[in-house]
Amino acid sequence: MLSAQSLAKIDRELAKYPADQFRSAIMGALRIALVERRETGNTPEERCLNADVIEFVANYVGIPPVAAYEVATFYNMYDMKPVGKYKLTVCTNLPCALQGGVNAAHYIGEKLGIGIGETTADGKFTLLEGECMGACGDAPVLLVNNHKMCSFMTREAIDKKLAELE
Amino acid sequence: MAVFVNGVIFEGVDTAAPDCWRLEAYMARGGYQALKKILDNKIPQEDVIAEVKNSGLRGRGGAGFPTGLKWSFMPRSFPGDKYVVCNTDEGEPGTFKDRDIIVYNPHALIEGMIIAGYAMGCKAGYNYIHGEIFEAYELFEEALDEARKAGLLGQNILGTDFSFDLFAHHGYGAYICGEETALLESLEGKKGQPRFKPPFPASFGLYGKPTTINNTESFASVPFIIRDGGQKFLEAGKPNNGGTKLFSISGHVNRPGNYEIPLGTPFATLLEMAGGMKDGKKLKAVIPGGSSAPVLPGEVMMELTMDYDSISKAGSMLGSGAVIVMNEDVCMVKALERLAYFYHEESCGQCTPCREGTGWLYKVIHRIANGEGRDGDLELLESVGNNMAGRTICALADAAVFPVRSFTKHFRNEFEHLITHKKALVDHKWC
Ligand SMILES: Cc1cc2nc3c(=O)[nH]c(=O)nc-3n(C[C@H](O)[C@H](O)[C@H](O)COP(=O)(O)O)c2cc1C
Ligand code: SF4
Ligand code: FES
Repeated sequence: MLSAQSLAKIDRELAKYPADQFRSAIMGALRIALVERRETGNTPEERCLNADVIEFVANYVGIPPVAAYEVATFYNMYDMKPVGKYKLTVCTNLPCALQGGVNAAHYIGEKLGIGIGETTADGKFTLLEGECMGACGDAPVLLVNNHKMCSFMTREAIDKKLAELE
Repeated sequence: MAVFVNGVIFEGVDTAAPDCWRLEAYMARGGYQALKKILDNKIPQEDVIAEVKNSGLRGRGGAGFPTGLKWSFMPRSFPGDKYVVCNTDEGEPGTFKDRDIIVYNPHALIEGMIIAGYAMGCKAGYNYIHGEIFEAYELFEEALDEARKAGLLGQNILGTDFSFDLFAHHGYGAYICGEETALLESLEGKKGQPRFKPPFPASFGLYGKPTTINNTESFASVPFIIRDGGQKFLEAGKPNNGGTKLFSISGHVNRPGNYEIPLGTPFATLLEMAGGMKDGKKLKAVIPGGSSAPVLPGEVMMELTMDYDSISKAGSMLGSGAVIVMNEDVCMVKALERLAYFYHEESCGQCTPCREGTGWLYKVIHRIANGEGRDGDLELLESVGNNMAGRTICALADAAVFPVRSFTKHFRNEFEHLITHKKALVDHKWC
């Protein structure tokens, strides 16, 4: 279900913890699985985690599937719902809001013709509001697909970024 | 990100140089000399801890607990495994200093954690990094590889009989994991729900073993303290408030960013360093220590110095050192609504007063902000708050109540006006 490369990455996570504490590796393992789904999936449904993937990862790490499922649902960066090719999360917490974060989120929504929490009809973009990302000095900030942080997202910077994402 | 410094962690760090984070650059700045000094001279564990105590270093994660004292709680002679854990789960709105430490000067943290491991007899350490700064996590792993290759981590460090290893673990979107026992649960691969205390981590921590948890900035201050002496660190700040501290300034200033300055620096000076108020607007309010700290009116802040004692005397907290600056155009009801939403969203749901209470606070503030407030809503907020604070497993409930109490105290007229006239006193725009 996962590529040999992803499994090798999970092995590296497992090696960080004491031999009898492999459960610790579940957070990294689920993240690795999600990244592979995102990179290889062709539809919003194929880009998120689902029960089969979670069960596979749990078995690989050696913990009960229900324990892995609990983790996948507790932490909000694990996409459990269908998601666009580019998931855009804009921080709108207070410090960012004072520096244009809310406006940035609305501007992106207008440009893409979607509201917060929605995905474009072509399955390309999903727009979300997020909580503090620990980067308030760089507001407005935008996370692309969980891992790529974009700083100082003025209207011009947003225009440029959206044009880049193909 | 801009870092403006006059302090111990960023001293000599050229943040514009792409390789400033590398081991070589850190060594050139005097890095790992503290560790060498300890190992070469076989300095006893208790002397290392005493030096940290002398420095007056107080925890930089929010509570300001003396770091040396915390280290002395560890059962050093306990024969089994012990751990040292770093909290880089920076998610307190307004705080963005720990990311800059691991991006520009990760080896200061690594060296600080190795020294902590030595002083408390720990076999391994973990650095728990906020999921949203994933690129910083990857870079930190690279820095760990550098240290391992140079014999600074792993078996027999620098050829001595001291062994210690260090790993990075990432979060994935849960503010509550910044609370130290939730962090431990998360590190164990579980939901990040805080534990009942006692037992405290020093006796029952990671995997049930004695564990010490400190903030990134606390650990990163340790190499300086050991190399140059606790006294020198203490003198860099003021009595009972040793050292320099990173302040993350956000909001309506011309140059948001991190400023590493002596504790005790006047707020007015810090504001000036940050370029002053944006567009020359008037200062209205400041949250001086992260979103959980009580808000203070601008006039009050202008009289204070930035240290634990001064801010707490004024009724707030220095917290994580996140300074959120608001100008005259901010509707305080709107601002509070945003924070109330955050705490409601991030409550882990274990305790009824917090789960239900954060929901009530948000609901009531939301309706006031929308001109649908009712007579008695301010009293309702107060009584909901009283049923939450101090009655839960962790301090998130208190953190949700402090802003509500302070906003409704200092800016009561704005809340009353909205309730009575269904219209805000301040015509608010999110810039
Ligand atoms: C809800 C909540 C969130 C917290 N978030 C953080 C955080 O992001 N970073 C941090 O260092 N401490 C955070 N803390 C404080 C930690 O529990 C702990 O006190 C701290 O990491 C200890 O390190 P220090 O003594 O070096 O400050 C948080 C506490 C609470 C109750
Ligand atoms: S106070 Fe809130 S966040 Fe803390 S343990 Fe209880 S429910 Fe969870
Ligand atoms: S409030 Fe947006 S990154 Fe902190």
